[in-house]
Amino acid sequence: MKRQIYFKGWFLPVVLITPQLVISAIFFFYPAGKAIWWSLFNPDPFGLSTKFVGFSNFIYLFEDPYYLNSFKTTAVFSIWVTVLSMGLALLLAVLTDRLIKSAGVYQTLFIWPYAVAPAISGVLWMFMFDTQVGLFSWYLGLMGWKWDHLLNDTQAMAIVVVAATWSRISYNYLFFLAGLQSIPKSIIEASAIDGAKFWKRFITIIIPLLSPVSFFLFVMNSVYAFFDTFGVIHTITKGGPEQTTMILVYKVYSDGFVGLDLGSSSAQSVVLLFIVGLLTIIQFKYIEKKVHY
Amino acid sequence: MRLLKLFVSANLLFAILTGTAIGATKIEWWHAFSGRLGTLLAEQVEQFNAAQSEYEVVQTRKGNYSETLNAGIAAFRAKKHPHILMVFEVGTATMMAAKGAIKPMYQLMDEAGVEFNPEGFIGPVKGYYTTTSGEMLSMPYNSSTPVLWVNKDAFRKAGLNPDMDLSTWQNVGKALDQLKASGSKCPLTTAWQSWVHLENFSAYHNIPFASKQNGFSGMDTELAFNGPTQIKHIQTMGDWAQEGKFIYAGRRNEGGKAFRAGECALYTESSAGYAGIKKEAQFEFEIRHLPYWDGVQGAPQNTIIGGSSLWVLSGHSDEEYKGVASFMRFLSSTVIQAAWHQNTGYLPVTMAASERTKSSGFYEKNPGTDIAGIQMTRNQTTELSKGLRLGSFDQIRGMIDEELEAVWSGKKDAKTALTSAVKRGNVLLRRFESSNR
Repeated sequence: MKRQIYFKGWFLPVVLITPQLVISAIFFFYPAGKAIWWSLFNPDPFGLSTKFVGFSNFIYLFEDPYYLNSFKTTAVFSIWVTVLSMGLALLLAVLTDRLIKSAGVYQTLFIWPYAVAPAISGVLWMFMFDTQVGLFSWYLGLMGWKWDHLLNDTQAMAIVVVAATWSRISYNYLFFLAGLQSIPKSIIEASAIDGAKFWKRFITIIIPLLSPVSFFLFVMNSVYAFFDTFGVIHTITKGGPEQTTMILVYKVYSDGFVGLDLGSSSAQSVVLLFIVGLLTIIQFKYIEKKVHY
Repeated sequence: MRLLKLFVSANLLFAILTGTAIGATKIEWWHAFSGRLGTLLAEQVEQFNAAQSEYEVVQTRKGNYSETLNAGIAAFRAKKHPHILMVFEVGTATMMAAKGAIKPMYQLMDEAGVEFNPEGFIGPVKGYYTTTSGEMLSMPYNSSTPVLWVNKDAFRKAGLNPDMDLSTWQNVGKALDQLKASGSKCPLTTAWQSWVHLENFSAYHNIPFASKQNGFSGMDTELAFNGPTQIKHIQTMGDWAQEGKFIYAGRRNEGGKAFRAGECALYTESSAGYAGIKKEAQFEFEIRHLPYWDGVQGAPQNTIIGGSSLWVLSGHSDEEYKGVASFMRFLSSTVIQAAWHQNTGYLPVTMAASERTKSSGFYEKNPGTDIAGIQMTRNQTTELSKGLRLGSFDQIRGMIDEELEAVWSGKKDAKTALTSAVKRGNVLLRRFESSNR
């Protein structure tokens, strides 16, 4: 259902969209263009001399087994974070949807973690699970489980997934709750009268009607898992034991700012740009078709 | 009334216009110190500022060593860089290669007409930051070397004699066996694993870490730390890790937390851990020489320095450089260096500061604080024990850290891990070489 608004002339529309265009140009197109330009060079860190190397930065990247591995790591990490944060948020939203009395209290408590930035979330979990002085790692030690996310890659992945998911649940919860409450109660009641049990109602009515919200959250969460989780990785594992939590965006930082290899880092940014672009296109072309508006 | 207003405003205008010219020249110094070291550094700056009114040094902490270097580089690209930048020793090659970005020390002091004697610095420290033709490029500020920290109370608790000989890794191994058997949760831990157990290890046993004199004589250097002695050492430590005798705490100095809290019996860490350990340890501790493997020819040679030096960046006015030169002379003065050494555990970088400390009886009152200096100067440095000069080294250290972590967790044996680190590091060295030619 589209509504077209028609403007007389072209001046007003141009004036209205210019601010957005300017912001996009300065904060998006210019840096992206620069990254693409630099990916063809091998500059020295101080910017005093650069050397044109064509595509050799990209060749160097794809010959590096650690870089190829970080694709897999990023996929695993993103899937876990998206599934867990959306699943748990949906669960909480369904549970609190039916509440009447203390709905406000629960909603406030569930929304609070959203105010915590990913980096802070990372620090919190890092302290709780610190291998030497952390509270939870001490309890686990008492029960006989040796917690060491510095050396054990499964534990490292687990802790970064948990830290990244934790604050994200609130964001998804908010949207799911709103989505649930916008489902007309009459439909639910009608199906209940017809004899549909809770699970049948959930699968055949609620999930399809939640699909616009779910689709939106799926896109947002994927982008979050790809980019905004930098703070979590940086504060807890810095790429993990032997790069097992080295997600693509962290590798861009690590090679560019720690390794001072700006050519390789720019090439990685370009690859990441393509990946996320591709992902977004796939999401909109195929999955959106299944969304019922 | 009107005349009064005119008079006052004229005065104000005059004061504002000339005030900016008469006010102290600001000198910016970016560093990486926090905690006790940060406090001591701030005191030095205050002392300098209070003693004269021409220059005012403003010090800012920018994060840890890597973050500070990155901040400096980013600022240089934006032309908003400070006058003085603290760069850790492994960034030396990167800074040396950036000829247009730095103002070498010898040039700075010469142009400012400030008295400066590079010969006054102790050998290994001077050698690290000087070109092969003897020109000093950066000013050594804090140099340390790794030593062995012993928790004597923990030894007693395990039934060991706290004065037992721990000068060889063989003896340390025996102590670890006993400590583990008596239930110690952390017999040995370490800080800066690559720096202590590979870089210093190689120099101490007079074996190469990289070709071309560890990079001093050419950018076409290749890594060589996967030799038999290094493999043996890392494999031994890997076995200890599997047996619970060596507890890995992190890549930097995270192990210090557990040691200062009294949980670990032995700790290999920089001599500069002294500042924190003295303040927080509630047990009797002692400083010993870094252990070596008995039977390796040439061991113990000498250890190399860690820490950082101060680099002066180009692009500032001559007037400001005069101030920088004056501040550098202040920092390298005997009084300041002697006090810095005594408070922190860093080495006295000048011989005069070392003499002053010795003659003041400091080493008698604080036994063990002279070990770092002795360890570094006990022998004439050889080609292989002057230090390292390798490009992209912070990143190479990261790779070494990753491979070592694989050994500690039992996933790889030492030979595979070290050879993999050598291969990966060489790729970076070639990239550094090509981008700086």
